[in-house]
Amino acid sequence: MKKARLKVRRGAVGDAPRYDEFAVPFEDGATVLDALVWVRTHRDPSLAVRYSCINANVCKECTIAVDGKVVYACTTRLVADRVMKLDPLPGKRHLRDLVTETRPPRERLT
Amino acid sequence: MAAPRSVETMHLVADVLIVGAGGAGMYAAIAAARAGATRVLLVDKSLVGRGGATIMAQMTVAAALAEESDDDWRWHLNDTLEAGRGLCDERLAAVLCEEAPVRIREMGEWQVGWARRDSGRIAQVTAPGHSRPRCCYVDFLNTGPAVAATLRRQVSRIDTIRRVSNLSVTDLVVNDGAVVGTIALDAASGEPVTIEAAATIIATGGLTRIYRRNSASANMGGDGYALALMAGAPLVDMVFVQFFPIGHLAPRLVGMDPIMWDPFRYKLGGRLLDGAGREFLARYGSDETDAYTTPRDIASYAITKEVAAGRGSPHGGVYLSFEHIPAGELRAAFGPVIERLAKNGIDLARAPIEVSPIAHYHMGGIVVDERMASPVPGLFAAGEAVGGANGANRLSGNAIPEALVFGERAGRHAATTKAAAGWRDSAAGEAVERIRDMAGGRAGEVAAPELLDELRTLMWDDVGPLRSAAGLERALTRLGGIRDSLGRVTIAPGRACNASLADWFELRASLIAAEALTHAAIARRESRGAHQREDFPDSCPEFALSQRIVFDGAGAIAASFGR
Repeated sequence: MKKARLKVRRGAVGDAPRYDEFAVPFEDGATVLDALVWVRTHRDPSLAVRYSCINANVCKECTIAVDGKVVYACTTRLVADRVMKLDPLPGKRHLRDLVTETRPPRERLT
Repeated sequence: MAAPRSVETMHLVADVLIVGAGGAGMYAAIAAARAGATRVLLVDKSLVGRGGATIMAQMTVAAALAEESDDDWRWHLNDTLEAGRGLCDERLAAVLCEEAPVRIREMGEWQVGWARRDSGRIAQVTAPGHSRPRCCYVDFLNTGPAVAATLRRQVSRIDTIRRVSNLSVTDLVVNDGAVVGTIALDAASGEPVTIEAAATIIATGGLTRIYRRNSASANMGGDGYALALMAGAPLVDMVFVQFFPIGHLAPRLVGMDPIMWDPFRYKLGGRLLDGAGREFLARYGSDETDAYTTPRDIASYAITKEVAAGRGSPHGGVYLSFEHIPAGELRAAFGPVIERLAKNGIDLARAPIEVSPIAHYHMGGIVVDERMASPVPGLFAAGEAVGGANGANRLSGNAIPEALVFGERAGRHAATTKAAAGWRDSAAGEAVERIRDMAGGRAGEVAAPELLDELRTLMWDDVGPLRSAAGLERALTRLGGIRDSLGRVTIAPGRACNASLADWFELRASLIAAEALTHAAIARRESRGAHQREDFPDSCPEFALSQRIVFDGAGAIAASFGR
C-alpha cells in the first residue's frame, strides 16, 4: 500500500523544537487531517492537534502550516511523492505540537 | 467574575451557566441576559459559536410563516407528530412549532439573509414530510453558518455575557439533590476550573459522534447525556438516532458537509438507484414518481436493506444521480457549489455519486418540561440535548427551530430560577482531584483514541440502522469491557493542551451514552421510526410508549417504559 510521510512539529512551550516523522496509509482523496487522526489512533495518542467540524470547512480550528503555507488540515490533500512538513500556525502563541492559541482574546479564561 | 477560591483552583460564579455554544447555547445566553441575568457564562470545549451542529447545517429551517401558502403552526405540529411515529412529547413539539415563526422572523431582522423571492417574501420549499412549503434557507448551503454567525454577532453585543472557549465541562456538581455548578477542564493549561451557578443549561448537542459514519463535529460525543445521568437526571427515548439516508460516501469529498445532497434532491429530483442503476424505493412503499417524498427513516431502511442484499454500489451504498437534469438547471441550482464539487472531481452531469446512511441527529435526550427544566433542580437543557420533541423520527427542518425556541425558553426560565442549594467545595472535590491527578500523566496499557475508534465501529455495526438482539448484546458486552479499561488508559505527561486527557473524558462520556442507548435498544422489542430491529420488524401498539433511562443507586443503567 502507498504511504504518505509527515514530518510533524512536536513539543510544548519551552521545549527545543523537534520533528517526528510518521508514515501513514495513503488513499486517494485523503486529507492531512485524516492522516493526523490516523496517527493519533494508531501511532501516538499524545499528538496534540485541534479540530472541530472535521470536514465541513466551517470551524477554522485545524488551521496549521503545511510546507510553510497556512492551510486548513481538513481540506488539504495528502500527497504520496514527498514528505509533508507540518508546523503550528505562525504568528500565534505556540502551545503544544500543532496547537496554537487561536481564541479571540475575549474568549480566554484569564 | 473570577474570584480566587483557593491557591490552586480557579473559581467562577454565574447566575446562568450555559454548557455548549452552538445555536441553542448562544440563544440561551441571549435570552438569559434579556431576562435580567447579569452574570451569564457561555462555555464551549471548542470555539464559541464555531463548534456543534448548528454551524454544520446546510439545509432548511421549518416554520409556519405562511409566506408561500396558507399555513398554521398546528399544521406544522401535525406533520411533526406524524413523522414522530406516535412518540413525540406533544407539549414540547407544540412549543417548538408555535414559537418557531417568531424566532425565524427575528433571525431575519438580525440579517441572517433568508433566501427571498422576487416579491420580497421569504422563500419556503416543501421538504419531505411537510404538508406545505414551510422550509426556509440561506443560499447556497449556507443556512447553518449564517445562523451561527448571526448569533455570534448578537452574543458579542451583550456585555453581561462572558464567553470562554476551549473549556470542557467534565462533571456537574450536585449538592442536596440540586445542580449547583460544574467542574471544567481548561484545555490550554490542563487545570481544573470550578463554576458555581444558580442554573446550568446543557446545550451540548447529541451523540452522533459515537458512530463511525457520522455528520457530527468533534464535540458531539454524548457529553451532555453523560453529565445529566451522572447528576441523577433521566433521559428519554435514547434509541432513536436519525440516520440521514443520503450521506455522502464516494468519491471522497472534502470541505463540505456529507449531508449536503438533500436540498438538491428536492429542488431537482435527484434519483436514488441501486448498484445496477435501477430505482428501488417503490419496493419499500415509497412512490417518488412526482416528487421526492420519502421520509428519512424509510429511506435509510431501504438503502441499508439493498446494500445487505448485495445490490449496493462499489463503496457499500447506493447511487444518487442528477444525470437526467440539464446542465443549465444544475448550474442554477448548485451555484458556486458546482466549482467546489469540481475540485473534488465530481461532475454531476456525467456520473452519479455514492451515498449511504450516516448518523445525523439524535431524537432522544434529557427529560425536560415546557420551561426546559429537568427534574433535577438547577439543571436545564436546550436544543438537540433535549429528548422527546421529535419522537421516533425528526421531521426535516425542525432542528434549528428547536435550537432557537428551546434555547430561548431555557435561558429565560434559568435566569429567573432561584438557586435550590448553595455551592459546596467538598461536593466538587473528587472531580477536581481527578483532573489534577490525571493531568500529570500516567502509564497505562491502552490508548483512548484506539478505544474510541473501536466504540464507534461497534456502535455502527451492532447498534446502527439495523439492529438485532444478538448484535445489541454483543455491543453491550464489549462496551462493558471498554468501561473496565477506563482505569488503564495511558495519559501522556504535560498539562498544557494534553490531548490524551481530553480523550479520556470524551471516552467516558461516549461510553455512558453508548451504553444508555444500547440498553434502551435491547428493551424496545419492536421496530419504530429510526429504531429498526431485524428480529422484531413490526411496530407494536404496546410499545407506543416513551422509554426512560436513569442511573440507579449503584450507578448502573436502568430502562423503563411509561406514558
